[in-house]
This record gives sequence, structure tokens and C-alpha cells, in this order.
Amino acid sequence: MNQTPLKSNSRLERILAAGQFAVTGEIGPPKSHDAGVIREKCSQLKTYVDAANITDNQTGIVRMSSIAAGILIRNEGLEPVIQMTCRDRNRLAMQSDILGAAAHGIKNILCLSGDHQSFGNHPGAKNVHDLDSMQLIRMFQEMRDNSQFQCGEEIKGGGPPLFIGAAANPFADPVALRPLRLKKKAVAGADFIQTQLIYDMDRFREYMKKAVDLGVTESVSVLAGVGPLKAAGMARYMRNNVPGMSVPDHIIERMEGAVKGISNDDKKARMQASRAEGIRICIEQIEEIKEIEGIAGVHIMAIEWEAAVKPIVEGAGLYPRPEVEN
Amino acid sequence: MGHILKTFEDGADGVLVAGCLEGRCHFQTGNLYARQRVEHVAELLDQIGLEGERARMINISAGMGAKFAELANEFAKTISALGPTGLKKKPASRELPLPSGKIE
Amino acid sequence: MIVADQKPIEDIRKMLKGKKKVLAIGCGTCVAVCFAGGKREVGVLSSAVRMATELEGEPVQIDETIVQRQCEKEFIEHLGDQLGEYDAVLSLGCGVGVQTLADQFPGTRILPGLNTKFMGGPTEQGVWEERCQGCGNCLLEYTGGICPISRCAKQLMNGPCGGTDEGGRCEVDPDTPCAWFNIWERMDALDIQDQLMEIQPPKDWSTSRDGGRRKIVRKDLQKPKLDEGS
Repeated sequence: MNQTPLKSNSRLERILAAGQFAVTGEIGPPKSHDAGVIREKCSQLKTYVDAANITDNQTGIVRMSSIAAGILIRNEGLEPVIQMTCRDRNRLAMQSDILGAAAHGIKNILCLSGDHQSFGNHPGAKNVHDLDSMQLIRMFQEMRDNSQFQCGEEIKGGGPPLFIGAAANPFADPVALRPLRLKKKAVAGADFIQTQLIYDMDRFREYMKKAVDLGVTESVSVLAGVGPLKAAGMARYMRNNVPGMSVPDHIIERMEGAVKGISNDDKKARMQASRAEGIRICIEQIEEIKEIEGIAGVHIMAIEWEAAVKPIVEGAGLYPRPEVEN
Repeated sequence: MGHILKTFEDGADGVLVAGCLEGRCHFQTGNLYARQRVEHVAELLDQIGLEGERARMINISAGMGAKFAELANEFAKTISALGPTGLKKKPASRELPLPSGKIE
Repeated sequence: MIVADQKPIEDIRKMLKGKKKVLAIGCGTCVAVCFAGGKREVGVLSSAVRMATELEGEPVQIDETIVQRQCEKEFIEHLGDQLGEYDAVLSLGCGVGVQTLADQFPGTRILPGLNTKFMGGPTEQGVWEERCQGCGNCLLEYTGGICPISRCAKQLMNGPCGGTDEGGRCEVDPDTPCAWFNIWERMDALDIQDQLMEIQPPKDWSTSRDGGRRKIVRKDLQKPKLDEGS
């Protein structure tokens, strides 16, 4: 990686700057004000990941705010990556919230367009989209590097120290375009990228080759999205219903094969066998991903299965996480 | 469609629309448009609070006398079973409110 | 053009509850061309509502008329003579028409018979699609003639998002093409796709609805005022 001075001094940034393979996790906040849920999930991820993302009203379903949950996990000793969508906030709220987050010591911010509210539990809500994710990245970059609000006014005392992230969906239509979009985000000011869940290694290798050729990986750290499958049904669902999700047949076959020979009535055994295979596949995929040029780490999305992160990180030889100096 | 609705408004309990056999329309697609409109009238009748079945389209050729009688009787039976719409019978020759105000 | 469709008959029946005599007024311009409020549509809707109210036991007399344009004073002034005998007016004009009538005749209850939906046009017979939201600062030069504000569910300026479904469909509705998928295709066809690598800066929404009610004043077209004693 480059030798330039650190922008935020977050643990995630330090790991990447030191050339270490980074590991991030994900926490979905509760649909309540129960801080206990956050602490519980935090305890399952702590020490196994360098930082944990906290989603922001994902799929348009109202949950505890990302920033608030981020403060809670930071207090528990786990570094947050807060997420901010363009769907729910205008530029005033975005700048205001990031200043507040920075005041609480939060540094990593993932900038997203946001799932449309029609997917969620408040489909009649007005969506905002004052800015899009590209403009959001650029705005935060200018706040940090130029100490400037979006309107041009000076931020007295300097801008917040941020490590700016963006998302990438390598296989969504139009596929040829996606590496170019990645480049555009790099130019906008992204420091790191977390991709959508990857199950198709061949296609991902092609995508990363294009990204490397475009020079993207010289300025941006790409973390590949991985996630353990719970069951063959889940794999099929994702392939059929999530945009850009490419799940090869051999993965689905392996998941189906995992429960062969176990009686349909023994639900517990079937679940255990399925999940064990899902974790195995995830570990193998991480091993493959480590070898791809331009990859700086993995983003593990163990949706509602935070307990899976420990065996995955250990199984992939990524435990313990490295110490990095301040 | 306005004609069909006004017929119901005037008190008709059912309206049967006959068009040529599909594919044999002198005006090519006239009978197809007619079917679409009769279906739309049926939907309107449902929204008004009347049964959509009171408007029906049949396809028939001029030479199918016996078939026509059969379909007409069948329709009359359907309408009898549904009973009167409940709308007052109004004289067909009554003045309909005419549009006023010039359109250039 | 402005595109609207009729309110459901049940909603109109409820709106007219308690009224005995109503004048339905159609419009011969935009809503006639999208078959929501023209002469024929006024006839069909009035007939349907008369029947619905008669079946409820509270028949409403609905007379029918039409004007060329409901949005301009000159075309509706003459109605003033007739309105006295009616309890309410059911306007089958767009929202502009309803309000122009209401402003012109503040003593008469003007009710909307249509839901004004969008600015758009017919893409095929019987189908109208939204094309413009009147943002007040047209950016079609940057997007090859496809508007992301009216045709992208997230109004992205630097799209597409990650939710483009297979075949270039919007994740929100499989019937809706992803506007940005189309923009990239169009710019490619025009051989200017590389322009899309430039980052479009945040939009100034103050020219749009967000800035408040818009107004255009053309001094060159206003009625000249004669000065006293000049």
C-alpha cells in the first residue's frame, strides 16, 4: 500500500496501510432501542474482525441508527464502520451526522445509495436522495481534506478525520460498467470498497483484473464480500432475488449434498450439516480471494449468524488479528 | 362506452353487445376494441355497485340465427336471475344534459 | 403533457355526498388527450356516478359541460353565469384546472375528479409514462436525453446503483427499465460514454419543488401599464 500519512488513523486504515489482510464484519441493529442486542453481537465479533459495519435502515426497514449503534460498539472496544444511505437524509443531515459521529470518535464511514423504501416497512415514505453515493463520497472527502462544508464554507478547527468507504456490486447489470464505476468512486475520494457477496470466484477474478488494469487498486483498498450460506434454499433465493448475485451451480450442489443421508425429520442435524458446509465453503472462498491481485481483505456478512464469524476467521488462518501501532 | 352506460342509467337491466366473429371483422379490429370496451363497462358496473355480468359481448355472424337465439335466451336468463338493477326506468327520449361552452 | 387519471367512482360518490346538483366540467386539452377528462370521459363518469348515487338512494343530478382549457381564466370566465344553481363543481381538469376554477369562483365548491399524476407522454397506444418532474434546471445534455430525476427511483446523478436487475431493470419494479442502464447505452450510442466518468456535482434543488412554489414573469409579455399624466 502507499506510504502517505494516515487520513483517520482508524484501526481499519492502519491494518490496510501496514499491508495486512483486513477483516471486517457486519452487525444488523435491532428494531428497538435495546442496546443489549448490540452488545451481544459485538461480543461475538470482537477480536475476530478489525472493524464491524453497522447497517443503516437496511432494505428500508427501520432499525436503531447506525451511528448510535456505532457509539455503543466503540464503547465495547470494537471499531465501527458506520453506514449512511442517501435515501433518508439530505446534505444538511449528512454533514451534521458525520460531525456528530466524529465527535464520538467514529472514523470509518461507508457511503451508500440505499435500498428503495418500497422494499421496507414504510413504503409510503418520501425518499430524499438530495445527493447520490458518488457525491456523498466527494462531500466527505472535501470535508476531511479541505476542511470545507458542501456549500464551500470553512469548517473551523478542521474537518473530521474520516476513512471513506463505498460499496461495489461487481455482477449487476450493466456488468461491463461496474469496474468503471469503481474507478469513478476512487476518483470521488473513496479509500476503501466493500463488495456485495461473492460466490462466483471466476467472474470475480475477471472483475478484479479489470479493476487492477484501471489502476483502481493503487488508491483504494478492495475488501471482497463473503458470507456463510445457511442452506441450499438461501443460496437459491439469493441467486433468484438479489440483483447482481451470481451463485454458481456447484455451490448450490454442495449445499444440497451436505444434508444427503440425513432424515428429513431430523431438522437439527440437517441444519448443523448445512451450516457446517456453508462455513467450509466460506473459508475456501477466503483462501481463494487471498490470492487475487488487488484484494486487500474480506468483509464477512454473516447475516443473523454472528457466531459463524469465529470459525470462519480461525479456519481461514486470520486469527489472531494483527496488532497495529497508533 | 357512454352509450352502454347511459342505457343502464335509463333503466336497462342488461346490455348484450354482438360483434362479428374474431378475425372476421369488416373493420379489422373493431370487434376487438368493442370487447375491450364492454369489459371496461363491466368493471365500471362493479364499481358502481351493479354486477359486471350485466354487460356482455358475444361474437356471432349474420347467418347464425339459431346460435344468436340461444345466446340471447341465455343472457336473458342471467339477467332475470340477477333481477332489476334498482335504477328507475327513465324515458329513452328524455333530454340528456348536453355539453355547453364552445370548443374551438 | 400533463397526464392524469380518474379518481375511483366510489371516492367521487363520497365527495358528492349531500350534494343535490353538480356540474361536471371537462377540459379539452391535456386530460382529453390522455382520455381522463375529455367530453366522452365526462359523459361516462357522470353517468356512472349518477347511477352509483341513485343506487345509494341519494341521487345526484350531474350536468355535463366542457371548456377548451381549464387552466386559463379566459376559457372559464363564462361559466360564472351557470354556477349559481349548483351545489358543487366536479372538475375533470388537472390540478391546475381545479385550482384555476377555484380561484376564479371562490364562492363555489370545486372538487377534483381526477388524480393528476405526472408530466409525460404516450409510449404506446393506451400507455402513458412519466418523463419530467419540472426540476427547473434541465440536465438532459449530460444524460443523452434520458432524465434521471423522473426516471430513476433514486434520482441518481451518477448512477446506476447496485440494484439494477438482470436485463437492465430497476430493482423497484421489474416493468421499469433502469434509467441509468439506458443512459449509459444511449451515451455509448452517441459515442460520448466517457463523459459519464465525470462526477456530476450535487444538484441545486432550489429551482425544483424544494425551493417553494415557482413563478415565471415575462416582462416583455405583460400588459403594458399606462402612466397617469404622461
